[in-house]
Amino acid sequence: MLNKNYSKEHEEYLKKLKRRKMAIITVQILILILFFVQWEIMANLKIVDPFLVSQPSRMVKFLIKLYNEGTLFRHIGVTCYETIIGFVLGTIIGTIIAILLWASDFISKVLDPYLVVLNALPKIALGPIIIFWVGNGQPAIIAIALMISLIVTIISVSSGFKEVDKDKIKLLQTFGASKLQILRYVVLPSSIPTMISALKINVGLSWVGVIVGEFLVAQEGLGFLIVFGGQVAQLDMVMLSIIILSVAAYLMYEIVAIFERKYLRWRG
Amino acid sequence: MVATLKIENLSIKYHTLDDETEAVKNLNLDVNDGEFISIVGPSGCGKTTILSAIAGLLRPSSGKIYLDGSEINYPCNKNCNKIGYMLQRDHLFEWRSILKNVTLGLEIQNKFNKNSVKKIEDMLQKYGLLSFKDYYPHQLSGGMRQRVALIRTLATDPEILLLDEPFSALDYQTRLAVSDEIYKIIKDEGKTTIMVTHDIAESISLSDRVVVLSKRPAQIKNIYDIKLSVENRTPLKSREAPEFRYYFNAIWKELDIHVE
Ligand SMILES: Nc1ncnc2c1ncn2[C@@H]1O[C@H](COP(=O)(O)OP(=O)(O)OP(=O)(O)O)[C@@H](O)[C@H]1O
Ligand SMILES: [Mg+2]
Repeated sequence: MLNKNYSKEHEEYLKKLKRRKMAIITVQILILILFFVQWEIMANLKIVDPFLVSQPSRMVKFLIKLYNEGTLFRHIGVTCYETIIGFVLGTIIGTIIAILLWASDFISKVLDPYLVVLNALPKIALGPIIIFWVGNGQPAIIAIALMISLIVTIISVSSGFKEVDKDKIKLLQTFGASKLQILRYVVLPSSIPTMISALKINVGLSWVGVIVGEFLVAQEGLGFLIVFGGQVAQLDMVMLSIIILSVAAYLMYEIVAIFERKYLRWRG
Repeated sequence: MVATLKIENLSIKYHTLDDETEAVKNLNLDVNDGEFISIVGPSGCGKTTILSAIAGLLRPSSGKIYLDGSEINYPCNKNCNKIGYMLQRDHLFEWRSILKNVTLGLEIQNKFNKNSVKKIEDMLQKYGLLSFKDYYPHQLSGGMRQRVALIRTLATDPEILLLDEPFSALDYQTRLAVSDEIYKIIKDEGKTTIMVTHDIAESISLSDRVVVLSKRPAQIKNIYDIKLSVENRTPLKSREAPEFRYYFNAIWKELDIHVE
């Protein structure tokens, strides 16, 4: 449709939309800049205590120090790695379990209350047990992240499966489809939007799991920097890690969103 | 003439936790080879249920259905592949292109190969859809979607077609045009057809026989042999036949629809 000749009115309309979008982005960036500038000034003027709230210039110094020590990317990398493994595993294993539940209505009904209980339970409470079982290291962190996203995935993907249009299943049955074919041809493809939204939720949950896990056991990673910074009263370290964490979380969410747009092309 | 499809003493009840619904009672019907039969009846009387039973999608409470002399069982057996069932809505899969939608039945029945692609492309060509084969369903009009759904049903080369209100989703103008097209497709392919509809005029204009059902539980009230004095019969021409009005009034009275 790009090469179509639009009327003047339509061109005006498009321009207006574009201007509005630019305005929104500009204001968003301005807010960010203002926030950091006022933070810096307030700290410089000792209106707020830089020891307690840190200050952008100190954070930059700390960033450079980490970079020079060569540990900056190591910490970011470790945390991102754990998070990605956590939410990818959570989504895949959760979906597989949801498929098994779909295959047997009986098992699904039997397990229903247990899933509800597990879902209500704050999974973080299982942290110490997981460390005890899995060991005091990275696998435990990933396991905690996985625990947090797993049950939600099972529940949301299962309910997505149940919402699949019964008549579409009936249509396949008119061709004599087997249960496996029904899964492959209609249940899975029409649940892709649900699975992607589970993936999106899991990205967020996985960050929570990983950071908590790192609080408990880690020797490296952003979560470790946050706890360690707190223990040695280095608020620069804490604040910087939180900011890096926010940026990383945002980027990861965007990547999943791009993935979503790509896969939902046919929705038009 | 030997009946292709034979329905004997068919009764169907639905059981749910809080009720039992008798949808079909003691129904007998013979359908001949190449015949176009319409079933009309009040809303909710059990028309879809009858088609589902013929397609082997549900287990009758009693009675038997034979296709070419062999019984149709539930869950559906080999006989299923001889039946093409077009549901009340087109149910095209949004995530599949038009071509992939049409090949769905073949894929399920493991009959998909190079030859079938050729055959399907010929069919799409013949019915004016070839240039849309890489489109997705949302890019098509309602009438086109309906034609795609029919071709999807025909692609597995069934002996008998079951159409459940195939035109109900279309507006009146489109409906007339699409029923003309679809009638032509079915006659071209020489299929035996059972069509369910609410529309009396539509049933007369398309069919060789019209079966009128009672209120639920569905029983046959009457069967009309439609004999129209038009040459080269098409649904649109049929509507101009002098006998059309007669059949219309008779079936209308038979249906006994009250507005309360
Ligand atoms: N799965 C089911 N479980 C219980 N009752 C059902 C079920 N399917 C249909 N019925 C009931 O059986 C009766 C017949 O339904 P059916 O769908 O065959 O009617 P229909 O003639 O096709 O109606 P319509 O004209 O609205 O399409 C209805 O009263 C309906 O409520
Ligand atoms: Mg119906």
